[in-house]
Amino acid sequence: MENKKNLRKNDLLLLLIVVVVAAAICALRFWLGDKHPGYVTVRIDGEVVASYDLSEDQEVELNGGTNTMRIEDGTVKMIQADCPDKLCMKQKAISKNRENIICLPNNIVLQIANQDESELDAVTN
Amino acid sequence: MRTKVAYFGVFTALALIFSYVESLIPFHIGIPGVKLGLANLIVVVALYKMGTEEAYALSVARIVLSGFLFANLFSIIYSLAGGMLSLTVMVFLKKKGWFSVYGVSLAGGVMHNVGQLLIAMLIVETFSVSYYLPVLLVAGAITGLVIGILAEAMLKRLAGLDMGSRKEQKR
Repeated sequence: MENKKNLRKNDLLLLLIVVVVAAAICALRFWLGDKHPGYVTVRIDGEVVASYDLSEDQEVELNGGTNTMRIEDGTVKMIQADCPDKLCMKQKAISKNRENIICLPNNIVLQIANQDESELDAVTN
Repeated sequence: MRTKVAYFGVFTALALIFSYVESLIPFHIGIPGVKLGLANLIVVVALYKMGTEEAYALSVARIVLSGFLFANLFSIIYSLAGGMLSLTVMVFLKKKGWFSVYGVSLAGGVMHNVGQLLIAMLIVETFSVSYYLPVLLVAGAITGLVIGILAEAMLKRLAGLDMGSRKEQKR
C-alpha cells in the first residue's frame, strides 16, 4: 500500500513537471522568443514593392518621394505625405502583425508581417 | 500460445473499433488536433497484460490498419512517429517502475504529441510549429492521464486473465 501511495505521488509529480515545462516554454517564448519585430511590407498599387526589417531604424522615401515612412524601435509611422488630407500621417505607429497604414490618394499600403507566418499552413490535410 | 494469438486478435479489433468510434465522434475541446486517443487505451492495457513486443506489434498493426481505413498516408506517418515514441517511453518507464499506470500513460500521451510535432517539423521544415508545443504538452498529459485511469480500471477487471505476460506467469 505504501508503495502504491509513493507511485501516486510520482505520477502527480510527473504531471506537475509536464505542466511546469509547458509553462516555462510559454514564458521563455514570451521573454525571449518574439525579440525579432518582423517586417513591414510596402505595397504600391496593390503590388508588394519592398519589405523592410523592423529591427533597423531608418527613414524610407516611398513611391518616388510622395511619402516617407520612419522605422523606429520596431514601429512604423508615416512621417510625410504629399496628399491634401494627410490621414496616413495621423495614424498611430504600427508594430503588431497585420496592422497597416494606408495612404489612399497615393495607393500605398504599409503592413506589418511576421516572418514565420506564411509557413504555418504549408501542409493541410 | 494459442490464447495469446486470440487475445491479440481481440485487442487489435478493439483498438480498430476505438479508432473508428473516435473518427466518428471527434472530441472537439476547442483545440485543433487534440483528441483522446482511445485506441491507446488498448495499447497501454496490452503493454501491461501481454508484454513489450506484443504492445509494439499491436500499436503498429492498429495504426497502419486504421490509417488505411479511416485516414490517409500522412496520418499514418504522424501516428507512427507519435505511437512509437510514446510506446518506447512507456516501456522504459514501466521497466523503471517509477510510476503507476497513470504516470506511464501520462508520459505516453505527452510523447505521442511530441513525436507528431517532431515529424511535423521535419515535413514542414520549420520550427514555427513548435509554438504549439506547450499546448500539446498539457493536452497530452491530460489525455494520457484519462487513458491511464481507464487502463487502470480495465486492468483491475482483467486481473484474472492470463494473457501471456512473462511477469504474470511468474506470479
